[in-house]
Amino acid sequence: MVAAREVAASVVDPEMPMLTLEDLGVLRDVEVADERVVVTITPTYSGCPAMATMRDDLVHRLRDEGFDDVEVRVSLHPAWSSDWITPRGRAALVEHGLSAPGPAPSHDGPVVLSLQPTRRTLACPRCASSRVELTSEFGPTACKALYRCTACLEPFEHVKEI
Amino acid sequence: MSHTPDPSHLPDHDSVYDGLLGSDDSQWAFGTDFEDPLAGVDTTVPDGVDTHELATYCLMLADDALVMSHRLSQWCSNAPDLEEDIALANIALDLLGQARLLLARAAAADPSVVPALPEGSPVPPEDALAFFRGDREFRNVRLVETDNGDFAVTIARLLLFSTWRLALLQRLAVSRDHVLSAVAVKGVKEMTYHRDYAGRWFLTLARGTEESRRRLVTGLEATWPLRAELFTSHPVELAVAASGVGVDPSTVADEVDVLLEQVFSMSGVDRPEVGPLAGVRGETGRDGLHTEAFSRLLAEMQVVARAHPMGSW
Repeated sequence: MVAAREVAASVVDPEMPMLTLEDLGVLRDVEVADERVVVTITPTYSGCPAMATMRDDLVHRLRDEGFDDVEVRVSLHPAWSSDWITPRGRAALVEHGLSAPGPAPSHDGPVVLSLQPTRRTLACPRCASSRVELTSEFGPTACKALYRCTACLEPFEHVKEI
Repeated sequence: MSHTPDPSHLPDHDSVYDGLLGSDDSQWAFGTDFEDPLAGVDTTVPDGVDTHELATYCLMLADDALVMSHRLSQWCSNAPDLEEDIALANIALDLLGQARLLLARAAAADPSVVPALPEGSPVPPEDALAFFRGDREFRNVRLVETDNGDFAVTIARLLLFSTWRLALLQRLAVSRDHVLSAVAVKGVKEMTYHRDYAGRWFLTLARGTEESRRRLVTGLEATWPLRAELFTSHPVELAVAASGVGVDPSTVADEVDVLLEQVFSMSGVDRPEVGPLAGVRGETGRDGLHTEAFSRLLAEMQVVARAHPMGSW
């Protein structure tokens, strides 16, 4: 029998299937006690609508591997950070045409109000040019901003720093 | 000569949608939610905290987010351009997520706040609280419930709301209640970019055309009478602040003022000089006293759920 941890770690994110839940950093814990598997996941954003799908996918995959008694729990603390995306996850994002997040901003101390457009130093995931421009700070999911490359003219998504 | 495809060459599907999901039927349930967004989270109430007061306080914070989220979601497909449509929907989704956690926390702290439904109803407590309470039972400030107006009104309101809520959540991060603390820490990250978004549009509209500036100033003046209520301490807020689980909103007034002043001065906009909207016999949103617009909002938001109290979604 494959270890429960290994099975849970291989389940992919429903929105970004090039990332496993482990690579995304939302898989917080897998415990096995008396045939019972307890998996703990954390939401990326408060309103993340993919949580239920993650739970269902975890339960299905673990059952397929012979773990009949599976419970999925939520952990809210510490809050997810894009810094938790693993190096392997970052490489997978770029390989699939998405730009990986830079270091997340610190939330210790007063939060500074920024009235200037968000500036990031990014490279186009397709042609590696740094001549990119922001088209929309909000995208199809809470975690992405929209960019375009002015060198190769392709649009791409950037996973935001949080 | 007409060409009719040979049916034997067509894929063996009953529906054009077959095969879209591979063999994984569970994906059809996408969007079906966790029965309990706090599954596995320790919801023990800290020592010395009154459970009903904690639950009522959670409803206040939850209802602010829920109603603001509903108003913002009404922009969906109506915003000035696609980017703003997506931005407002994203912000609404964050707030809805905060509301769900807070409603679930209220229900876990004191189940007596959850409206009774017919026996056997599968409606979870957070949905019962959102869809089966009457207007007098909602504890949100009135700022979030009034009509959206035009885009400038919405931006002026979002600036006030996100600046205020960010300041509250920053202080709530050290709450003795671990659930509230966790919701707050996560919420701070989200409110930070909500406030930036509103501030940038405020500045853009103020320094844009004569028309955009006129609308912004009008929008700010229309919103301003609902500002004072944000910083008025309700007895429940004072009680939870005293027991170390909540925040007295009067303590964030100065900080919010400084931040708003920063946006106003960069935008060349004067602080409005209009008085606060009176309550009725001293009661306002936190007491369950709302505006007429709120009843219409609730009717729209609740009608489907109320028609199907035994419904499973």
